[in-house]
Amino acid sequence: MGAIFSDPAQWLPLTFAALMGLSILIYVVLDGFDLGVGVLFPFAEDAEKDRMVASIGPFWDANETWLVLAIGILLVAFPAAHGAILTALYLPVAIMLIGLILRGVSFEFRAKAPAAQKRAWNNAFFIGSMMTSLSQGFMLGLYIMGLQWTVWTVGFATLTAVFLTVAYSFIGATWLVLKTEGALQLKAVEWSKGGIWGLVLGLGAVSLASPLVSPRIFDKWFSFPEIVLLAPLPLMFCLLIGLLFVGLKRLPTADDSFAWLPFAATIVLFILAFFGLAYSFYPYVVPEQLTIYEAASAPESLLIILVGTVFVLPAILGYTVLSYVIFRGKARALSYD
Amino acid sequence: MDTLILSRIQFGANISFHILFPTITIALGWVLLFFKLRFQATGDGKWMEAYRFWVKVFALSFAMGVVSGITMSFQFGTNWPGFMEHVGNIAGPLLAYEVMTAFFLEAVFLGIMLFGVSRVPPWLHTLATFLVAFGTTMSAFWILVLNSWMHTPQGYEIRDGVAYATNWLEIIFNPSLPYRFSHTLLASGLTVAFLLAGLSAFRWLRGDRSDGVRAAMRTGVTLGALLIPVQIFVGDMHGLNTLEHQPAKVAAMEGHWDGDKSPVPLVLFALPNAETRENDFEIAIPYLGSLILTHSLDGKIPGLNDFVTEDGEVLHPPVAKVFWSFRVMVATGMAMLVMSWAAMWFMRRGRGIEGLPKPMLYGFVAMGFSGWIATLAGWYTTEIGRQPWLVDGVLRTADAVADVPAGMVLGTLLAYLAVYAALIFCYISVLTYLAAKAAKGEPTRIFDTPRSGEAEVRAITPAE
Repeated sequence: MGAIFSDPAQWLPLTFAALMGLSILIYVVLDGFDLGVGVLFPFAEDAEKDRMVASIGPFWDANETWLVLAIGILLVAFPAAHGAILTALYLPVAIMLIGLILRGVSFEFRAKAPAAQKRAWNNAFFIGSMMTSLSQGFMLGLYIMGLQWTVWTVGFATLTAVFLTVAYSFIGATWLVLKTEGALQLKAVEWSKGGIWGLVLGLGAVSLASPLVSPRIFDKWFSFPEIVLLAPLPLMFCLLIGLLFVGLKRLPTADDSFAWLPFAATIVLFILAFFGLAYSFYPYVVPEQLTIYEAASAPESLLIILVGTVFVLPAILGYTVLSYVIFRGKARALSYD
Repeated sequence: MDTLILSRIQFGANISFHILFPTITIALGWVLLFFKLRFQATGDGKWMEAYRFWVKVFALSFAMGVVSGITMSFQFGTNWPGFMEHVGNIAGPLLAYEVMTAFFLEAVFLGIMLFGVSRVPPWLHTLATFLVAFGTTMSAFWILVLNSWMHTPQGYEIRDGVAYATNWLEIIFNPSLPYRFSHTLLASGLTVAFLLAGLSAFRWLRGDRSDGVRAAMRTGVTLGALLIPVQIFVGDMHGLNTLEHQPAKVAAMEGHWDGDKSPVPLVLFALPNAETRENDFEIAIPYLGSLILTHSLDGKIPGLNDFVTEDGEVLHPPVAKVFWSFRVMVATGMAMLVMSWAAMWFMRRGRGIEGLPKPMLYGFVAMGFSGWIATLAGWYTTEIGRQPWLVDGVLRTADAVADVPAGMVLGTLLAYLAVYAALIFCYISVLTYLAAKAAKGEPTRIFDTPRSGEAEVRAITPAE
């Protein structure tokens, strides 16, 4: 360990890979739930849609910013990988961007445009959320497949596109269980019960495919003693799924206790899945082609950013928490007054 | 068309769309803070009335800016990977600081600013308003640091074709930053001034006689009248700075081909011809070019012909585009000067907005988005004026473009254009709709649906 920290060309790329990972993880959890709420839109009544948007209105913008940070770190810290990854993902990125545009403006337009156009903006919100989740899932799948475009990899990526969308809608549903009450909460519980199967299938597919595609990943998981050390990961995974099953059956409770449980458990699930992926791909940033050490920028530039990050990141986390505290409790109708 | 030109059009389209909204939010954030502070100081409800209306304009513009800004950050990688590969060591930290010091600040406190009024104490709401305004300005600062560095790079060294930072203070406070930053902030101020005046005039013409409209109109006209002379002065300084560091750009702006010519006339109108390398037709004022640019009657300035290498390679920007966009910007600025000063005169004579003649009110409605025209024209002048360089003297645009099939760039370009055109249409029509609705005196609440559960609670609570 000591040897790593004496050489900036070793520990700086590692640090930035960790920061990028953290940023992606926070993004997937936070924007995951608000994208998921968008994906669930068609299943709700009009009045419920307002409530659903109210539950994410104060947060979505800041949630999305974690994506900008993640992509920022990628381009700042690993410029060589940045170009390789983003040009390979040219089309899905474009689709995601248009999706983000559509849903981002819909938040404002659906509330401010003439009432007759509200339905159209509701649709735009749903379509934008779908485009974003599907394209992110597609990119994840293609990344796992080593950024190659073949019939087989595109097929797999299409599958992950569907599964990530299900995963987002699941965490979105559990968020709604936490943030709503009455009939909508009851609906959200039902949505969660449906989504859980998609989650199990999706995580299972990715867990099976990654080692099958890459012998290197296979070895990282299935050799001794790794297999024993890693065993808690799938075990915890099964435990959490079980907890979710039992929890969702009993929700909503009369005094609304434990409404937080599914959302919290889902966050832990996302974290576990994320660590599994990160472990599989380390030290590569472009799978099987470019390691974080090869792709890293000049140490002096990384240091400049790191100094700022040490001060700024805690502040960002601090006021992010502040905003969730201010808007805690059940979602109220959004009003500027 | 090849990938390079399509990628340039795509990036140009994206940034043109994007820049429209920060141009509004940067200054509007401070205007909102002004409204809020005036309300707190005077207790006069008209300021809060103005705040409530304009915060919606802010929220809408902000959302448009955010979503189009995300597009920009991805396009560096999808379309211009050479940019980060060559100058990423410098551009990277600047962009990272923008995200860390500005984006999160804006995004988090925007939620509190928009929806927190009833949840947080007034001071915290005012603080949130301040932090959002501060965040948008910080964001502009970092972006303009990077952009200015691309125009006037210093504080770096090149090793194996890659730029490495040698002095961060020199990079950040590069020679064109002070002029570019103040020019851009003033442009934002003017854009908002005319938007305030334009929408307020629209409401007034619709019969809205509320105090909030008067307050916003007065703020807009005063802001415009105060800022425009400052802008002309700063713009002139910016031009002189450009002459020092990017003479080819100034030569293109002036339609000036022959660097040996003395004295240099001021070309008011011309048809620059890139084939014959001269102006086909021109109306010019003798001596004035020398006088303005060199402060002497016979001073010379470099001409476009000085930027052609012996092999015939052209190292100056496309002349007609720069020449014309510069004139559009100046003409819009002049119209702003005339309008805002005339309006000040009328408003001082009469009683505020009542003193304005009707044609003038229509004039303000027509000029509601004049700031956009000036900003875009100025942006084209400076950015096209940098060609063929991406980073002046360091990296050519052609050397940064991604190796993606032209068809893919064209396809996404068309998709973006369709989305952008639709959104601009929606944006302007919703602003107009909001103004018309406010003019009718309809409530400003945006969601009128009751809290879910509230209805049930009411139903089971026994009547008192």
